Amino acid sequence: MQWLNVILQGVLIGGLYAMFAAGLSLIFGVMRLVNIAHGDLIVLAAYVSLMVTQAFGMDPLTSLLLVVPVMALIGYGLQRGLLNRTLGDDLLPPLLVTFGLSIIIQNGLLELFTADSRKLQAGAIEIQTFQLAQNLWIGALPLIQFTVAVAVIGGLQLLFYRTALGRALRATSDDQAVAQLMGLDTRHVFAVAMALSLAVIAIAGVFLAVRANFDPAIGPARLIFAFEAVIIGGLGSMWGTLAGGIILGVSQAIGAQIDPGWQLLAGHIVFLAILAVRPQGLFPKVWG
Amino acid sequence: MIVEHATRSSRIGVVLITIALVVLALAPYWGDRQTLRLLAEIFTFIALASLWNLLAGYAGLVSVGQQAFVGLGGYVLFALAMLLDVNPILAIFIAGPIGALVAVPVALLIFRLRGAYFAIGTWVVAEVFRLLASQVSVLGGGSGISLPASVVLAMAPSRQMREFEMYWLALALTVATLAAIFALLRSRHGLALTAIRDNELAAQSTGIGVWGIKFAVYVLTAFGTAMVGAFIFLQKLRISPDTAFSVNDWTAFVIFITVIGGIGRIEGPIIGTIIFFALRQTFAGLGSLYLLMMGAVAIVVMLWAPKGLWGMIVERLGWQILPLQRHLVLGKDARGKS
Amino acid sequence: MPDGRLLKVSAVDAFYGDFQALFGVSLNVGAGQIVAVIGANGAGKSTLLKCIAGLMHPSRGEILFENTATTNTPAFEALKRGIALVPEGRRLFPSLTVEENLLIGGQSHRAGPWTLTRVYELFPVLAERRNLPAPALSGGQQQMAAIGRALMSNPRLLLCDEISLGLAPIVVRDIYARLPQIAAEGLSLVIVEQDIVQALRAASHVYCLQEGRVALQGAARDLTREKISAAYFGV
Repeated sequence: MQWLNVILQGVLIGGLYAMFAAGLSLIFGVMRLVNIAHGDLIVLAAYVSLMVTQAFGMDPLTSLLLVVPVMALIGYGLQRGLLNRTLGDDLLPPLLVTFGLSIIIQNGLLELFTADSRKLQAGAIEIQTFQLAQNLWIGALPLIQFTVAVAVIGGLQLLFYRTALGRALRATSDDQAVAQLMGLDTRHVFAVAMALSLAVIAIAGVFLAVRANFDPAIGPARLIFAFEAVIIGGLGSMWGTLAGGIILGVSQAIGAQIDPGWQLLAGHIVFLAILAVRPQGLFPKVWG
Repeated sequence: MIVEHATRSSRIGVVLITIALVVLALAPYWGDRQTLRLLAEIFTFIALASLWNLLAGYAGLVSVGQQAFVGLGGYVLFALAMLLDVNPILAIFIAGPIGALVAVPVALLIFRLRGAYFAIGTWVVAEVFRLLASQVSVLGGGSGISLPASVVLAMAPSRQMREFEMYWLALALTVATLAAIFALLRSRHGLALTAIRDNELAAQSTGIGVWGIKFAVYVLTAFGTAMVGAFIFLQKLRISPDTAFSVNDWTAFVIFITVIGGIGRIEGPIIGTIIFFALRQTFAGLGSLYLLMMGAVAIVVMLWAPKGLWGMIVERLGWQILPLQRHLVLGKDARGKS
Repeated sequence: MPDGRLLKVSAVDAFYGDFQALFGVSLNVGAGQIVAVIGANGAGKSTLLKCIAGLMHPSRGEILFENTATTNTPAFEALKRGIALVPEGRRLFPSLTVEENLLIGGQSHRAGPWTLTRVYELFPVLAERRNLPAPALSGGQQQMAAIGRALMSNPRLLLCDEISLGLAPIVVRDIYARLPQIAAEGLSLVIVEQDIVQALRAASHVYCLQEGRVALQGAARDLTREKISAAYFGV
């Protein structure tokens, strides 16, 4: 039962990792951009939530109503104002610009909020648990978080394959020039994609803030989890990303059970093993 | 018809460099302790940035994980010096081959990733190294360890002699690194690298074994980076996983230096390091604000002057400090006779 | 020659970097007309269409569409004004199904007679394959889908870039047979073709480009074989 518990916790946090990864995967699918500042944007969302909860006295989950639109707007502006200029055949500009952005966000947050660890309080729901079976417990918050993650990924799938916006995103990722011939302003389409990505990041950031302590420096580690989830799951598949997140979460949970210092290492080792043995990921799929 | 490398500007450049080297070699006699330390720091960054430039600017392998080898070199030095009683300076020269050896399986793994995913992959590797280092309690585990006084004192008869030794070592390592890079770029393989830099697909279609060259460059860069890393931590006399594998110190600064100085040109990292240190001396007290500024400057440079400061100068004036260009001269044979 | 009330291209120069592809090209298209642009490979025909559609911009000269300057209008704007391009090589979106390709053609929601139903009436074979991914179609079917996709935006000017390319003659004839239906509602067409016979049959006026210049122009019925050969090959 002990191990079942461990695996269950791993699955649940895997949902959070999958949310980290969904935004990254989306952007790569639509515009072949890997945003090195992705993890730091998750942390930024956590701080925005901190400000909103302090300013308006809301609880973190309600703050999502403000944090999501704010982050989405930031994403639109970021893409339209800066990142659209980096797109093209050369791989260096987007990489180095987003790396610069990562440093700017980290140090900006450091200046504004200091390096102190913070955490958001969600109230009673944080300690609420359900008993599934003898010696098998599930926390309310992790369960909510996992459900939301699945909903987000399902929602993104629906968006991509059943809506006009999704059609526009897929078409633009296929062939930018011909997308323009359809009357699509690709600058706007890319910006909408980034806004979407940051909306997902916002949700992930708030859940992160409630779940654990955060400070300006933890961004890169989240980027790495997101990246590992995407690679384990396979490029181009949202459900694969969910699977990747879960596998990563479970690996870390098992590692932590063996020895607390092994938690992160276990995740990295599983990632490297999959890279060695099946580099295309477990469930790779091209768009459509 | 022959291939010539030198231009007028490079002839001047070579002379200037020779003079500069002599002046720098004599620094212990005209500079104080602080100057020597600063110069040594500048040299190590020139070396690290030049190696990163070779990897990213020429071989197209953008790594944000070179701190893996900096830290590896540092830990190898501490392990050899503390656990096996190896002379620290000798340990630096052993760190190189060990770095190269480790780089082989690493490369085989992460070369399965492309572009930006490769970059993040290098970061993951560095993280793995950091976590592994925290587990090695005999070398201080998570909190790190200092080099014992006995080892330090055994390096040289007096503190002044030791400082001089370290300075000359820094200078020698950096000059050797630059010389090796220069020799590589002058060679046939260097021509292949420059082709890869300019247009990888076209280079591949001319029959150049792109994968093999990239692999070799990655391993060689690891060799050099590990040696420089070993020196850096010998200088610091203390190591810990967080300082050894710090992204900020060993990657962010290096990337900013190379981007601002000029990627893909051998002079770029040198120019970039000088600018970086000039800025650092000026804005010393600002802490994270300084990093923020550097990030913003790097972004601006990447978008509006992607070839960096030196790249702009090359484009406008066609200068080169080191004779690396290849001119086809018709009507001359190998003896320079027409 | 056409009166240029719909489209008036005046003395346009176009470059790809340092390479000049068009030299002072002028062309007129009136309402409800079919104009053909013929010429050898590299003559500049596709370049001309790209300039009209807004995918690239001339460095000299002017393009007027319905008496408004569109010389520097980007492609997505040009589509909203009523200029649609069927690109060379079809270029359907591979991640989209046939129907999704058609739907995205209509995403600008311009008013007009062309709807999904009408496109399926024009090309029934597409209706049969509506949910297949675009790459699963044959060359001829893809060409029909590409034309249908462009029609979905209810353009007033339809530009067709080499729709016969790589298709069997019987398929080409089948597609060309539907052009009158397309033009019937007052839609104007500019067709770029290497198949001169089809071009002359379909169009009322012909322009022949040779190395970026207009070498010959006139009503289709007035142009003889000899004149065309001379202009085409520049002999």
